[in-house]
Amino acid sequence: MTTETTASETPETPETASAPAPAASGLIGLPAPLGRALATGGGILAVVSAFMSWTWTSAFPGDLTVYGYPGGLQVLVLIGGILTTLFGLASYGVRGLGALTPGSADSALKMAALGTFGTAWYTVIAISDELGGVVNLDPGGFVVAIATLAAVIGALALPFERPEPDPVDPDDTGWELFKHNSRQNWTNFRAAFATKAPAPAPTLPSWAEILVIIAAMAVGLFVFSYGIGTAYDELFIGFLIMAGFGFASLSKAGIVARVSAITAKHRNITMIGAFVAAAAFPFTQSNDQYATIGVYILIFATVALGLNIVVGLAGLLDLGYVAFLGVGAYTAALVSGSPSSPLHVQWPFWASALLGAVVAMIFGVVIGAPTLRLRGDYLAIVTLGFGEIFRITVLNLDGTSGPDVTNGSNGISSIPNLNILGFDFGAQHQILGSTIGRFANYLLLMLIITLIVVIVFRRSSDSRIGRAWVAIREDETAALAMGINGFRVKLIAFALGACLAGLSGSVQAHVTYTVTPEQYQFAYVVPPNSAFLLAAVVLGGMGTISGPLVGASLLYLIPAKLQFLGDYQLFAFGVTLILLMRFRPEGLIPNRRRQLEFHEEAEAPAVLTKAGA
Amino acid sequence: MTALLEVEDLRVAYGKIEAVKGISFKVEAGQVVTLIGTNGAGKTTTLRTLSGLLKPVGGQIRFNGKSLKKVPAHQVVSLGLAHSPEGRHIFPRMTIEDNLRLGAFLRSDKPGIEKDIQRAYELFPILGERRKQAAGTLSGGEQQMLAMGRALMSQPKLLMLDEPSMGLSPIMMQKIMATIAELKSQGTTILLVEQNAQAALSLADQGHVMEVGNIVLSGSGQDLLTDESVRKAYLGED
Repeated sequence: MTTETTASETPETPETASAPAPAASGLIGLPAPLGRALATGGGILAVVSAFMSWTWTSAFPGDLTVYGYPGGLQVLVLIGGILTTLFGLASYGVRGLGALTPGSADSALKMAALGTFGTAWYTVIAISDELGGVVNLDPGGFVVAIATLAAVIGALALPFERPEPDPVDPDDTGWELFKHNSRQNWTNFRAAFATKAPAPAPTLPSWAEILVIIAAMAVGLFVFSYGIGTAYDELFIGFLIMAGFGFASLSKAGIVARVSAITAKHRNITMIGAFVAAAAFPFTQSNDQYATIGVYILIFATVALGLNIVVGLAGLLDLGYVAFLGVGAYTAALVSGSPSSPLHVQWPFWASALLGAVVAMIFGVVIGAPTLRLRGDYLAIVTLGFGEIFRITVLNLDGTSGPDVTNGSNGISSIPNLNILGFDFGAQHQILGSTIGRFANYLLLMLIITLIVVIVFRRSSDSRIGRAWVAIREDETAALAMGINGFRVKLIAFALGACLAGLSGSVQAHVTYTVTPEQYQFAYVVPPNSAFLLAAVVLGGMGTISGPLVGASLLYLIPAKLQFLGDYQLFAFGVTLILLMRFRPEGLIPNRRRQLEFHEEAEAPAVLTKAGA
Repeated sequence: MTALLEVEDLRVAYGKIEAVKGISFKVEAGQVVTLIGTNGAGKTTTLRTLSGLLKPVGGQIRFNGKSLKKVPAHQVVSLGLAHSPEGRHIFPRMTIEDNLRLGAFLRSDKPGIEKDIQRAYELFPILGERRKQAAGTLSGGEQQMLAMGRALMSQPKLLMLDEPSMGLSPIMMQKIMATIAELKSQGTTILLVEQNAQAALSLADQGHVMEVGNIVLSGSGQDLLTDESVRKAYLGED
């Protein structure tokens, strides 16, 4: 089977490639019909191969030895193959599939083929490497390798509109010529994956739009729980490759834009849907281990969303934000009934959460009042300082260097589990036939806190105060001239952000059993800390709700899952961040206004045509 | 009847350097008063002090009978003194309509705000055509129109315009000046700071010539236009 594929297709290549190149050609010199056929055929074959055996032994994780049933990495290749096939057929103009690709079917096909290729070849190479040679591959392994390679070659042969080349200055030195050429090649390469703005969406009935939202949520939940549940490193890397290219291909196809347009139309339904999906997450997991990751992500994400009020909306660079999480956590821990707390009281959760939020807010006002008169960099430095002051103070309130309040570096430990209305958060519960463990209990509680923060964020950003924040961020002088009391408005943002962080902290104290000073410093190996929180906001998208949530999930998940890289873990992480900021400076989920800021050259023509039309 | 704005012996300093060295002038309701002078004469400093962005070291500012000396910048607006700052300072990433709405930040009468937005669009039709466009995509002159429209949204008793013609093409400058004339005919009180003496003086009821922190010459707009020394110094004649 493998030989047939190669034999039938390779001989054609030289003859057809020598045909005169048309004006719109692909990156690889093959005629377009052949490329399209190769890409689509490769996609179909990749789907078939996912049901074959790739290796003879189950020594490679995921058991890829079974015919008729895909396992482990094969599932990822199967999904990639299906995407490639669908976009391939759509690029032929098959009826009914056009709706899948309102943007560009060709660019989507290229991305899907690349993703499938990447995952498949990664798997094949990993098998050969770990098991000691290509000999360990079964026919399925060869089929998938060749099928995906054919798909990529075919997809890259698809024609695209090449941008007008810049004229070469004849006086250029060799080096300048080289720079010119590489710039030209890069523009060409980018144009190969260009996509046009999707045509205006046909108006669907509301029920259909809601179905689309539900489907999008289900896909999101599936991808997320799959990512968390990846049990071994190979699967997670395969998942990263496939998810990255899959998302790219969906966005090239214009599906992402269309779905987000629909979600923007039904904001409340989307919000409810997202929370139902998140609440369903613990029920999809058989193991409390993954709920643990889930609840930590949720705490991290919620605090990041609170920081987004301060940084994203009001534009105040706060480098010590995690201190407010610490204030909330310590406050809740002190009244939790922990044996190491000097206060031997056990308050009910609602009271300790309220206290945590209020105390954090008071700290926010106390720290904000003197510092918020500063602007920009100075504010950043001062908040950084206050963040450290909090940590060091807590460290010193140990009974020897100061009064005994926080138990110093040992922290407040053995914080008892919550018990709300007889529901013991420390015990397992049977709900709807699923076992919900300790962390899953807290996950569901934390979800309520997240919902509160989301609602507060939305209400405030749409309100008068939200407009004042944005005005202050954009131009403080002009905002003053509008009659906006800059100091008061900034103080409100600071206090509100602190209050929300404190609320999250009061749950966090119970989840982690122990609160210690080093959990709340500027930079630390595990999130949440001020540096990671800020990264989550910037990476996800400043000023949006879903941005910090997505950013925090990625920032938590990627380092946690890349631990096998050992010493290179932080290096890989750093490189990822740099690349993301280079290619998507407005964040994964951009605020419309920010997109304007970073892509002015891309936006300007669109505005001009609109004005001209 | 006292004047709407009375400035008496106003002195403003940046550190030890005095930029405004004791100036006095008045703006009567319904008048257009202009301050002209070269770079560094202290015109912008005067306006920034009036709107509370700078604190004076001495002298008196009375607006509508009330001293402005201790009033912070964000409250000056609520007293009816609007400032369209030098360099326009629009919010570039907000839409034109949001810019105008922010101008009415202190008002809560929704129908009145809507009416005034429509009025701004009538005054500057180009803004109405592009109301949903980001303000940063406007040309310099259009941004100046937006800045003026935004300042008017607070329903000011006195509109202070700082160098509205700065950096504009001659045609755009004429448009802006025509708009100021229209505002004047509608009865808006304006304090206009300009380097373009010819245009400013032909509009103004009263003019004051500033030089290194002092008012060296005052008079009606027409008188100053024909004054020998003004013609030499500011209108480029020998």
